[in-house]
Amino acid sequence: MRVHQYEKAFLWLGAIMLVVFMVALVITSVAASMHLPGRAGEVDPLTINSVEPFDNPGVREVAPGRYEVVLLASAWVFNPAEIRVPAGSEVTFLAAATDVIHGLHITGTRVNMMLIPGQISRNTYRFEEPGEHILVCHEYCGAGHHLMSGKVIVE
Amino acid sequence: MSPSTSNPTVVLHASGYDLPDDQRRLVRWTIYIGYFALAAGVAHGFAQGLSYAKIDILRFFPALRSYYQGLTAHGVANALFFTFAFSNAFLPLMTARALSRPMIKGFLQATLWTLVAANVMVIWSVTTNRASVLFTAYAPLQAHWAYYLGLVLLVVSTWIASAHLYVLLARWRRDNRGERIPLLAFISVLTYVMWDIASIGIAVSFVGFLLPWSLGILERTDPLLNRTLFWFTGHAIVYAWLLPAYISWYALVPRQTNGKLVSDPLTRVVFIMFLLLSIPTGFHHQYTDPGIATSFKAFHALLTFGVFYPSLATAFSVVAALEIGGRRNGGGGLLGWIRKLRWDDPSLTAQVLAMITFVFGGITGLINASYFVNQIVHNTAWIPGHFHMTVGSAVALTLMGVAYWAIPYLTQRKLWGRKLAVAQSWVYTVGVLIMARGLISGGLDGMPRRIFRAEANYGAESWELAGALTGIGGTLMTVGAVMFFLVIVMTIFFGKKGEGPKDIPFAETLIPASREGWDVKLDRIGLWTVAAVVLVLIAYAPFFLTYLPARLVSPGYTFF
Ligand code: HEM
Ligand SMILES: [Cu+2]
Ligand SMILES: [Cu+2]
Repeated sequence: MRVHQYEKAFLWLGAIMLVVFMVALVITSVAASMHLPGRAGEVDPLTINSVEPFDNPGVREVAPGRYEVVLLASAWVFNPAEIRVPAGSEVTFLAAATDVIHGLHITGTRVNMMLIPGQISRNTYRFEEPGEHILVCHEYCGAGHHLMSGKVIVE
Repeated sequence: MSPSTSNPTVVLHASGYDLPDDQRRLVRWTIYIGYFALAAGVAHGFAQGLSYAKIDILRFFPALRSYYQGLTAHGVANALFFTFAFSNAFLPLMTARALSRPMIKGFLQATLWTLVAANVMVIWSVTTNRASVLFTAYAPLQAHWAYYLGLVLLVVSTWIASAHLYVLLARWRRDNRGERIPLLAFISVLTYVMWDIASIGIAVSFVGFLLPWSLGILERTDPLLNRTLFWFTGHAIVYAWLLPAYISWYALVPRQTNGKLVSDPLTRVVFIMFLLLSIPTGFHHQYTDPGIATSFKAFHALLTFGVFYPSLATAFSVVAALEIGGRRNGGGGLLGWIRKLRWDDPSLTAQVLAMITFVFGGITGLINASYFVNQIVHNTAWIPGHFHMTVGSAVALTLMGVAYWAIPYLTQRKLWGRKLAVAQSWVYTVGVLIMARGLISGGLDGMPRRIFRAEANYGAESWELAGALTGIGGTLMTVGAVMFFLVIVMTIFFGKKGEGPKDIPFAETLIPASREGWDVKLDRIGLWTVAAVVLVLIAYAPFFLTYLPARLVSPGYTFF
């Protein structure tokens, strides 16, 4: 039965391919030290404005070449809505939502997080090239969702 | 092994099946509800596509208050009502036919009326702008309770249909001890077993949290927990949409091309793998979520590659079945069989095109699942680009293809406009490929999904072409869908009476089920169900155990 042999070959090939993918995934996470957002703490969305560090949103230099951005998302604004950092700096984003779920995506980068009321979202990214990126709320958050955006300017 | 000419493995008795008229009517109306939903969904799909091209036709939809109200309707109608109404009709029909016994009228009635009640509640709450929270219903945006209750009733209708399948199977087993379950019944039942386990997530979320919260009984809710429960169901739901299409590709399509189903045991193994692996993969929709440990996400990522495997096996099987058919029809050479597939049959054409779009859907899906790459595409227009090549065409086109024999079968009228029907799926396919090309390229450049693009206050130059392609492709899809409805409506009202097919098309198998040996054990549905539950526990219990109790932090918001 020829079909039988083809079938076997195909199924083996498929299995090997998927195992290669899995290995690639493990290698990128260990060797390239890329990160997904994980557990980074919790915060009450209703009192967040008086809780450190969210009582003072903005961009801060925490060490030479290293920045921290504390960011609040509310319907339908980001605070801060404009972020300026020098090229080559490593930026850690600490972000949270004050009302409904929002999203935070900086176009052209790997910074892509959900902001879920009650949770703190954190990720770090190095901005190599000067340029301008759009800061997009990419999760539906009500009637003004398409008006919720900002800018990241790398100088 | 020689191909047997007639064998009982797909259905029990090859001939002599007669569907009683009252059951025929109930099945028909259940499917019609799905087509009504599709019509409503497509209407707004057209507006969405154009909105990405910055053309706003919403003002011509006077009843609509916002883009997002329409998008809610699009998601709910297409992804939930269209698909499940179809499954609720199709799976009992397939099971009963396979077991060669009638369905149970009470179950059919209960399924249909629950579905109707679900529709009434959801239509009312969505059209009055009380539920513009999209089909994902993420808290703390809060919809009217009728929306949550309507969606719960939709799930209940699928449970009633499931119970129908289980009763049919149990009765048959009682009368046929030691017999192999006919393949078509086996894969139909397994589809809803998987879905029943999967649907526990949204059932708990909606009944336990969202419904009491929308009624004011619970003051606050936990957005992350509800989202996690949603995605517990939310990945498996895509297989609940897809598996009925696979059932058609495996067990029916070969007959329509004059081919044969390649292997009975392999088909069973594929469906068992879906039962085991569809659910413990939900965190791949939450890669970018806070509050979930990355180790849990990585584990689900690995299992996601696992659940890709049965789809690879399916690719082999369905192509082999088509090739057998093409060659028996006289196609020679390496690829000559493709031309001989019976491209004049609208049902077959739609489904082969569905398979082709699914190749792209599968590849883009694998990319989504790839952990870090997900951070490039998550919630960008890439995602609807991806899933219009899966549920939006692989499934939708298959369900249209099935309609081309099922509506004549159920109405006993001849299909009206056969040529138009053949052209229909080509138009839709070209449309979906163009639209997906637009959405995918825009998404790679950061264009978000779920955006009223026509009115957005930001954008990039590269989104212009992407958006234009989305608009053009979406328009073609809409034309394709309208052609479909024309054919179906004309068939129902004007198709020649008494000239419908007398039976469903079902395939013969090259490698049939055997009565002894290892593959007899495949029929132990109870055992597989237990194994599936154990896997789900392994994949989800660590999260829930380290997370609970619920963080009831959010009141409801209704700014839509
Ligand atoms: C004429 C045919 C169709 C067109 C033109 C169309 C167009 C679109 C577009 C442009 C979007 C993206 C909207 C946005 O994110 O802002 C979308 C979303 C969606 N479509 Fe379609 N679509 C069609 C048919 C279908 C079908 C047949 C299905 C499923 C069976 C489907 C399921 C969905 C779902 C689930 C969403 C996501 C809704 C959400 O984000 O909440 N679509 N559609
Ligand atoms: Cu938003
Ligand atoms: Cu998924």
